[in-house]
Amino acid sequence: MIALVAIVAVLLVIATAVQILKIAELRATESGKEIYEISAKQSKAQALLLMVFLVAYFGFFAWQVWKWGGLMLPVSASEHGVGVDELMNITLWFIIPVFIITHIFLFWFSYKYSFSETRKALFFSHSNKLEMFWTIIPSIALTVLILVGLSNWNKIMTPVASEQEHILIEVYGQQFSWTARYAGKDGKLGRASVEYIEGVNALGIDISDENAKDDKIVKGEFHLPKGVPVQFVFRSQDVMHSAYMPHFRAQMNVVPGLKTQFNFIPTITSEEMKKITNNENFEYILLCNKICGAAHYNMQMDIVVESKEDFEKWLAEQKEFSAE
Amino acid sequence: MSAHQHPHEEQDFLFKYVFSQDHKMISKQFLITGFIMGFIGLSMSTLFRLQLGFPGESFWIIDFLLGSWAENGVMLPDKYLALVTMHGTIMVFFLLTAGLSGTFSNLLIPLQIGARDMASGFLNMLSYWFFFVSSVIMLISLGVEGGAASAGWTIYPPLSALPQAIPGSGLGMTLWLVAMAIFIASSLLGSLNYIVTILNLRTKGMTMTRLPLTIWSFLITAIVGVISFPVLLAAALLLVFDRSFGTSFYLSDIYIGGQVLEHAGGSPILFEHLFWFLGHPEVYIVLLPALGITSEIVSTMSRKPIFGYRAMITSMLAIGFLSAIVWGHHMFVTGMNPFLGAVFTFTTLLIAIPSAVKVFNYITTLWKGNIKFSPAMLFSVGLVSTFISGGLTGLILGDSTLDINVHDTYFVVGHFHIVMGLSGIFGMIAGVYHWFPKIFGRMLNNNLGNVHFWITIVSAYGIFFPMHFLGLAGVPRRYYTNSEFPLFDNLFDINTLITWFAILAFFGQLIFFFNFVYSALRGPKAPQNPWKGNSLEWTTGVKHIHGNWPGEIPTVYRWPYDYSKLNDNGDYVTGEDFIPQTVPLADGEKDGGEH
Ligand code: HEM
Ligand SMILES: [Cu+2]
Ligand SMILES: [Cu+2]
Repeated sequence: MIALVAIVAVLLVIATAVQILKIAELRATESGKEIYEISAKQSKAQALLLMVFLVAYFGFFAWQVWKWGGLMLPVSASEHGVGVDELMNITLWFIIPVFIITHIFLFWFSYKYSFSETRKALFFSHSNKLEMFWTIIPSIALTVLILVGLSNWNKIMTPVASEQEHILIEVYGQQFSWTARYAGKDGKLGRASVEYIEGVNALGIDISDENAKDDKIVKGEFHLPKGVPVQFVFRSQDVMHSAYMPHFRAQMNVVPGLKTQFNFIPTITSEEMKKITNNENFEYILLCNKICGAAHYNMQMDIVVESKEDFEKWLAEQKEFSAE
Repeated sequence: MSAHQHPHEEQDFLFKYVFSQDHKMISKQFLITGFIMGFIGLSMSTLFRLQLGFPGESFWIIDFLLGSWAENGVMLPDKYLALVTMHGTIMVFFLLTAGLSGTFSNLLIPLQIGARDMASGFLNMLSYWFFFVSSVIMLISLGVEGGAASAGWTIYPPLSALPQAIPGSGLGMTLWLVAMAIFIASSLLGSLNYIVTILNLRTKGMTMTRLPLTIWSFLITAIVGVISFPVLLAAALLLVFDRSFGTSFYLSDIYIGGQVLEHAGGSPILFEHLFWFLGHPEVYIVLLPALGITSEIVSTMSRKPIFGYRAMITSMLAIGFLSAIVWGHHMFVTGMNPFLGAVFTFTTLLIAIPSAVKVFNYITTLWKGNIKFSPAMLFSVGLVSTFISGGLTGLILGDSTLDINVHDTYFVVGHFHIVMGLSGIFGMIAGVYHWFPKIFGRMLNNNLGNVHFWITIVSAYGIFFPMHFLGLAGVPRRYYTNSEFPLFDNLFDINTLITWFAILAFFGQLIFFFNFVYSALRGPKAPQNPWKGNSLEWTTGVKHIHGNWPGEIPTVYRWPYDYSKLNDNGDYVTGEDFIPQTVPLADGEKDGGEH
């Protein structure tokens, strides 16, 4: 019944629209014109709307920044992340003015030079000077962006040197959960492969490997010490996942058959971040950012950053692999 | 040589409308098939936006349209992914590759270069029918057991290789691969034909530097397609082997469904390299024709020569070349060698230079023009705006350091929809408004066109601009809902707002489809040269004839941008503000925009 009413309604709307179009065409022909001809007045009306749109577009942009700006990720909680944010700001300071200026020209010219019967357009087909100018200016700007960007990139992507004090953690992804494995006292992770997966040994750790004995496996949440480099290595059990820790400006794909790694130094504890964000329930999280199946939207793990002492206490309480 | 030299050949219905070898009819076929696919893709996005804007709420329409893909009016999580995957695939390939290039390359290449038809009418017909079959298979895959392909339009293995990982990777994925293989064949047949036709069949006097920019854009697009599409075909074939014949090109070390798979030694990263070797150029396969079309429209409607004709060609060549060496920017966080990442950052940011040149040239073309705002012109101005808005955020994504934090988030979704989706759509729609009189011999209604434009641009920015904010708040793409994370709780309003705009956009397009169908059947008859254009297509009659020109093909004497050219006395050279390409140069008059 609803469907029938809907169909009738749609047909009526179409029939009405057709009639209106017909009448409009007739009226245009009566006044000695064709309906598709565009008069200076009609053109000007659209040009005016373009100006209104320009203002509305900028207004919308400003409104969003005002309304949602506060909901963006808080300050970076990792050392390299500060550099990332700086670079982001530099880039935005470049992008936003260009966005505004080019839009003003685009819409202002559209408005100003809207059709008039009396004016003649200027035959202006090229100018080497102008074209050189706007090839060189972006080139310079981009050179700066590239240089700053790459110096940051090289710093971020260098692994922690093995003699330097650091924590080694393997982040293990599977449909649809994360597990973390700490290297334990020896600082080495035991060998692991899907071949060894059996029963409780869900991570496929090679029991015969000496390095595996003191490894510590945690689920649900994992902890990081403030101020100490953390070296992550990633491993997947099934399909690709991506370990994304937005507050630390860290992301790395987790690929079956390929070992990937990333490192950062946490700089703000969870407690401190609660104050900064004014949110008692604030938690750092690790989430999956590569489509991995039906429950991809809910593959997460909490992260707690605490002082080095607290971290060591927490780690001591975790069971060693050999104890399981 | 063109296949048919006789202008008035009697043809029966089947060969005139179905197995036509006439480029104008094939162009219509591409346009209509493309729009039908586009409408399906659009509807899918509206449906999954309902889920994102109102997660878990029951909708009658979802129950009605999705059937077993939904429960109690709520779509299922894996079927959400199927919809996203099919939406992306349809929009990028079926609407904006075949629909856009197929329509306008076919329509305009012979008409604007002065040829009777494509170099091979037969291959051209095959190109359409491969596309048609591919579309049908893609649609059939929506109805099979397990559902349509669900691994994202990028179909990364292992997810796309293993039905155990997601149901859509069963028969649905097989059909996706078959459909795409046929699609690629269609695209290659079309592209080769375009290239050969442009290089060999230009009329007398039509030198390369007298070609309209549309033709240049189609040429470069076709070359880029011929270079990159075969690589996707290879990638897809290897995936077929891995899926069906037990090879291990992409698979290794996998435990799924309670057992270890036998695949060993492969790497999914190899697939990513192969995929993006097409995937990135694909962006320009969508964009370049749109830019070519709007260059032509901006110049014609401003009554001015396009500013910097040669710079426009050089930029397109540079973009075409660079597009083949930037694919790695999609893989900064795959664990690729950081040095390689640095190289790809460099090449990626380089593309900004020719792109910027194009934008400045567009804007300068408007300066001191005499601009008539037809719907086509409005959409062209819209395209320049989306090209700027979306291109600038590319500087963030192209920078490896910044990409670490925004990769695969909604920031990306916002960026590529604006720069590729909107620019591509705007260019295509602008082309339809502008050349509708050439396609159907009738005029579209301008008032409806204007309303369509305003609804479209307002809702488009309303949908995609806020997505940048979602991304900067850390929201990943391809999420069925954001409600599982307390972190995202405050962002609900943004999602709801986006969905309302998506609904508005959907209804806005209905106005266009109505205008399209009504005008094609009943609209006012078109005059021969409604926009007072210079290029050759406007010298052909309104009624389509086989062979395009009844007598000799006209000879060309000048470039196509002599608008508002004045003589020494300050009068228009020919008394009118435009000089068609068929008008010989006057004594002492220089060509190509020289004074
Ligand atoms: C009103 C029109 C449209 C709306 C509302 C829309 C909305 C969306 C949304 C929300 C997503 C992200 C879904 C997710 O990640 O969970 C998406 C994905 C996508 N869209 Fe659109 N879109 C529209 C038009 C287009 C157009 C014109 C294109 C053409 C380029 C396009 C191409 C894509 C692609 C390639 C994806 C990625 C699919 C994937 O992740 O595998 N969309 N769309
Ligand atoms: Cu995952
Ligand atoms: Cu790309």
